[in-house]
Amino acid sequence: MQYDGKILFNQEIAPNIFKMKIKCVLVAQNAQVGQFVNVYPKNKALLLPRPISLCEFTHDTITLLYAVVGTGTNEFSTYTTADTIKISKTLGKGFVPPNVQTHVLVGGGIGIAPLLALAQELSKQDTKIIAVLGYNDYPYMVDEFKNICNEVYISTDKGNSGFIGNVLDLIKMQHITGDYLYACGPKPMLKSLSIYCIEKNIPIQVSMEERMGCGYGACVGCNCKVNNNNQKVCKDGPVFLGSEVNW
Amino acid sequence: MVDLSVKLGEITLKNPIMTASGTFSSRENSQFIDINELGAVITKGVSNISWDGNPTPRIAETYGGMINAVGLQNDGVDSYIENELAFLNQFDTIKIANIAGRTIEEYCEVVEKLNTSSIDMMEINISCPNIKCGGIGFGTDALLASEITRHIKKIAKKPIIVKLTPNVTDITEIAKAVEAEGADVISLINTLLGMKIDVHKKKCVVANRMGGLSGPAIKPIAVRMVYQVRRAVNIPIIGLGGIMSGEDVAEFILAGADAVAIGTASLIDPTAPIRIKNEFIKYMNLYKFKNISELKNSFID
Repeated sequence: MQYDGKILFNQEIAPNIFKMKIKCVLVAQNAQVGQFVNVYPKNKALLLPRPISLCEFTHDTITLLYAVVGTGTNEFSTYTTADTIKISKTLGKGFVPPNVQTHVLVGGGIGIAPLLALAQELSKQDTKIIAVLGYNDYPYMVDEFKNICNEVYISTDKGNSGFIGNVLDLIKMQHITGDYLYACGPKPMLKSLSIYCIEKNIPIQVSMEERMGCGYGACVGCNCKVNNNNQKVCKDGPVFLGSEVNW
Repeated sequence: MVDLSVKLGEITLKNPIMTASGTFSSRENSQFIDINELGAVITKGVSNISWDGNPTPRIAETYGGMINAVGLQNDGVDSYIENELAFLNQFDTIKIANIAGRTIEEYCEVVEKLNTSSIDMMEINISCPNIKCGGIGFGTDALLASEITRHIKKIAKKPIIVKLTPNVTDITEIAKAVEAEGADVISLINTLLGMKIDVHKKKCVVANRMGGLSGPAIKPIAVRMVYQVRRAVNIPIIGLGGIMSGEDVAEFILAGADAVAIGTASLIDPTAPIRIKNEFIKYMNLYKFKNISELKNSFID
């Protein structure tokens, strides 16, 4: 099932990183933190939808953050506010934040996207929110996080800004800790964070990265072993407990 | 009113549209479509015990197609009967199980267990390119294809469909071999063995390196093979490979298929089988065909 969304905004906010705001009540009204939508390219040679997680949402809009990595996302980057876009309903099982004092949100690259929606959700409660954002080179969306988080830490692989290195090294160096962690980013980052959290006895929810086919649980392309059971990242996830993923 | 019903041997389907194995998960797809509207459902490959499948990534998109190397991940036949088949029983459609194995004994074990189930037909998968033993190994050799068909026919209490691979020099040779051993129906084509390399990362996109290419990119090959096999055997044919529209369905039937299966199109849009069925009805009405035989017989060779 596809819905027509109206593009309200689609701009490059960092080299090759785009932010797109879409108006579509039927999709936005059911949105939950950590879910994603399938976005369908218009180019008929590109068969598969692109699963892109929700960076922000309101009752009638969703905002997506995407990196231009191929023909499909390149097509998306050309859309203007005159265009409509085909999207699915919101899919997957997202973050479920427990009622604790300090939440630590750890994002890697484009994986910071769903953490902004999570931070916005958490900011409705009286809790402490710490964001640790890691980038390859140029940081983006930092102000959005600073507006709602109590503390924001930045690392870049190439040292363009903030700490030079990865997010885990930054967490260790700054002694960043909390009652609960949430992470989204490349698989090696999720793995090392999960192992670190197990050692420190801190629970962590991770949004798994996996190449998907259908995005709704039919093709079994995006498998992930969780507690020794095969799980579909698109339908049973993308969010799992880091301690339960068989890394 | 067009009569869409078709016969696959003893079994009558209310229309020729079915789902292709590997692209249909009953519970997930039933969220989007009314399964009662389908002529039949062919479920994902099931083996004697649970299989883990291949490492990820398992999916790559290609121009007008996609490569998958899922590797027949499934929970085994006991779980299949208890869960998927039990769920499917509520629907008024023909239920077909796709059967996978590494050895003839493994295939036969699944057939034995399904003999006493509510399954209507069984599709023998001798064409999966994504597993190391079995699968395609049986489908690329006429002698092995004969042997497995003979063993299964000896014990099967339901009609047997043999699913053929296009990764052969002459598909009609395999088709004739399985027909001679009593296959009730043939389905073709399974995916074509393909590969995609990420030129930026300088490595294969799918972890298994190679995988099965499906989608509209392979449709002309599928149509050609259905045409060839139709002229080589007398048993019914299920045609599949890149069907995206109602006109594609007509094309396969003109080539000689008795029914068709929708695969990759369902992955792009789970409502595709119903949309394609409605487009096909429009096509039938446009040319005033009263039934599928009229369409089939209208082909000018």
